[in-house]
Amino acid sequence: MTEQKNWVEEALAEHESQVDQRHFSKVAPGEREALVLERIDRARRARARVKEERITLAHGSGGKATHTLIEAIFLDAFRNPLLEPMEDAARLSMAGGRIALTTDSYVVSPLFFPGGDIGDLAINGTVNDLAVSGATPMYLSAGFILEEGFPVADLQHIVASMRAAAEAAGVQVVTGDTKVVQRGKADGCYINTAGVGVVPDGLDLGVVNAKPGDAVLVSGPIGDHGVTVMLARGELDIDTDLTSDTAAVNGLVADLLAAVPGGVRAMRDATRGGVATILNEVAKAADVSVIVAEDDIPVRAEVRGASELLGIDPLYVACEGRIVAIVDGAVADAALDAMHNNPLGREAAIIGRIAADPPGIVLLRTAFGGTRIVDMLVGDPLPRIC
Amino acid sequence: MCLGIPGEVIEILADKPDLARVEVSGVRRAINIGLLGDDKPKPGEWVLIHVGFALSKIDEAEAKAALDFLESIGQAYADEIDALRESLIE
Amino acid sequence: MRYVDEFRDADTAHALAAKIAGLCEPGRQYKFMEVCGGHTHTIYKHGLEDYLPESITLVHGPGCPVCVIPMGRVDDAMALASASDVIMTSFGDMMRVPGSRGSFFDAKANGVDIRMVYSPLDSLKIARQNPDKRVVFMAIGFETTAPSTAMTVLRAAQEGLENFSIFCNHVTIVPAIKAILDSPDLRLDGFLGPGHVSTVIGCRPYEFISRDYGKPVVVAGFEPLDILQSIYMLMIQLSEGRAEIENQYSRVVPWDGNIVALKAINETMELRPYFEWRGLGFISHSALRVREKYARFDAEELFEVPGVRVADPKACQCGEVLKGVLKPWECKVFGTACTPETPIGTCMVSPEGACAAYYNFGRFTRQRVKEATVR
Repeated sequence: MTEQKNWVEEALAEHESQVDQRHFSKVAPGEREALVLERIDRARRARARVKEERITLAHGSGGKATHTLIEAIFLDAFRNPLLEPMEDAARLSMAGGRIALTTDSYVVSPLFFPGGDIGDLAINGTVNDLAVSGATPMYLSAGFILEEGFPVADLQHIVASMRAAAEAAGVQVVTGDTKVVQRGKADGCYINTAGVGVVPDGLDLGVVNAKPGDAVLVSGPIGDHGVTVMLARGELDIDTDLTSDTAAVNGLVADLLAAVPGGVRAMRDATRGGVATILNEVAKAADVSVIVAEDDIPVRAEVRGASELLGIDPLYVACEGRIVAIVDGAVADAALDAMHNNPLGREAAIIGRIAADPPGIVLLRTAFGGTRIVDMLVGDPLPRIC
Repeated sequence: MCLGIPGEVIEILADKPDLARVEVSGVRRAINIGLLGDDKPKPGEWVLIHVGFALSKIDEAEAKAALDFLESIGQAYADEIDALRESLIE
Repeated sequence: MRYVDEFRDADTAHALAAKIAGLCEPGRQYKFMEVCGGHTHTIYKHGLEDYLPESITLVHGPGCPVCVIPMGRVDDAMALASASDVIMTSFGDMMRVPGSRGSFFDAKANGVDIRMVYSPLDSLKIARQNPDKRVVFMAIGFETTAPSTAMTVLRAAQEGLENFSIFCNHVTIVPAIKAILDSPDLRLDGFLGPGHVSTVIGCRPYEFISRDYGKPVVVAGFEPLDILQSIYMLMIQLSEGRAEIENQYSRVVPWDGNIVALKAINETMELRPYFEWRGLGFISHSALRVREKYARFDAEELFEVPGVRVADPKACQCGEVLKGVLKPWECKVFGTACTPETPIGTCMVSPEGACAAYYNFGRFTRQRVKEATVR
């Protein structure tokens, strides 16, 4: 029973200092709600702390728990100006120029799914992180952790996918590593890839650059990958014709940057946590409001159907071949045209805009005409999607 | 928990008569139709799906009546807005 | 999506909103309770309150079956799950509900075998695939879900499954509504009746509300236009001085309910003499347990369940939120000490909890946002 008291008392004590009860009682009823909201806002901006004693699946979902873990443990330990922007890749000055460096690990289950496999993700995911940082992706490393007993034929299949994906993206795998662990660990195969690319002078993309008046674009229908993988696990007995959207988007990104030079503020690869997570990151980093319209967000009918059946929201479901771009409002249409002219951007759409107020919050104008918040993901509705 | 979704019956499974395959916006799943008793749904009919069971059939006539009512409200409103726009009180 | 999109049409919403506003008597305040957590969720998810005049307030009711489970029962479930040969299966909704020593989610991180299922039938599959383990299904929900649990038990009996049981926490809606009506704290003008519960129990069980308490009830669907139309129907009743039961969700809800479903429940379960509801105390004849005939599928018979009553943390005001006395943001710990990742009570973690709905969807000052979102 003491355990129960402790965690509640701790939580309360933490917020005692921020609660001014006397002040609250003097406030007119109509303004109380606003005061509570302000208090909550302050609590949300407080320093990140990991309260759990053990890692849970939520820490890997890309939502709040992941962000808290990264801030409180990794950022805290490694803190330096190059790490702090926490974009999809780090931009580094080296040898007279600038390179972008990124890394990603792939633990998707199942390994093979409609539209691709872990190998496709491993190449495309890292290529995409480089591309959205403004870099021309060039070289990748590939580290494999294999489970004892994993079929060699499956490994060959995965590696063949990686070779094809690398060719399509115009990159080379130049170094790697292999480890084998005992039966029962690694679920067959885990892959880590790191990648480097060259960043042109003068290109400084970052969500912190988002300004009121900017437009928010997405390059295609959202949620395809996450739902495909979830259904591929076979536990839900649901069939669709959906396939993963895994693809290398560096060509699309290059077209966009060329069409609106100086007009792109930031781009992000929409993976774990989905589009909603990116929009929240923008709102928080630039201290702006992101306002999107449900009617304008492209979602395939099957993704919608599966999401309604399972009670999940496509905004939080991972993609693997979609980008979110924040562009100067004045060039939004030109940006959209550039995306439409690329095979991977045919269904691109302008889904919303940046405003000054209320800062730090993502708002959604529902198809119904009402408004609601889109918060950062809590928990993990779809584990092991990437 | 109250999550109930309308789905269209595609087929009754021949080897498992208490199961039917339904489709929701292009997504297909087998569900248990035991709660509908003898009033088994036919392909093309719609049911309300909840945690893998069909809880109820969707009464097409009632659905149409509900939509007609809503449309009429919408139409009356649209008419009124038009009238408002067209009338000029100078 | 058919039967969904048509009920989300914005133009019709404007029209209905105008009609509703037109029925409001100047100077009068209206308070309607939506009983069902699913309605609360829809209201916030679609921003429905944007369409209502200031004089109409929607009060959130106790129709969230996860929210009303007392801490002690969560601890009991955890004790069951912790046995080494047990696989606990549960709907996703339960995963983050806090017991005294953490939630299912935390227990899972500690190695307890708890698996999320979409349907109770999925538990049977797991039982068949794991004959050396005992599968316990955490059965929660109002009368909407009880028939599915009942059918699953009947199926298990038919198959002669020997390693499957349910931990039954099904509750019934009518006693909760009655507790609200008898509560001196609230003055409600009418009710939005639970839509899917009514698919099973029909509309007759609500007749006592209009007959004995003089309040109108409209059984409402779950799309935003359903709710808006239901509010419109309530306003018409009030303006005409009527107090009757009406069925807005007639495309799905039969007036007499679902006999097959009711029979299945009756065959496998019976009413407990009393059951503790979180925040509402003990309510008589408000919950179900497995009948003796099916005792071999009753986890409370097969296992030692601690059955200790655990008081809610003092700071937790879930009870008042469930009764509609407090709006979520009025709870002292809302959003600060109690958030969806660090919940103190159930209302913040259930997908149908009022606090969760408000925190996740409605946490903004309507006026500021109106200005921001006007195109």
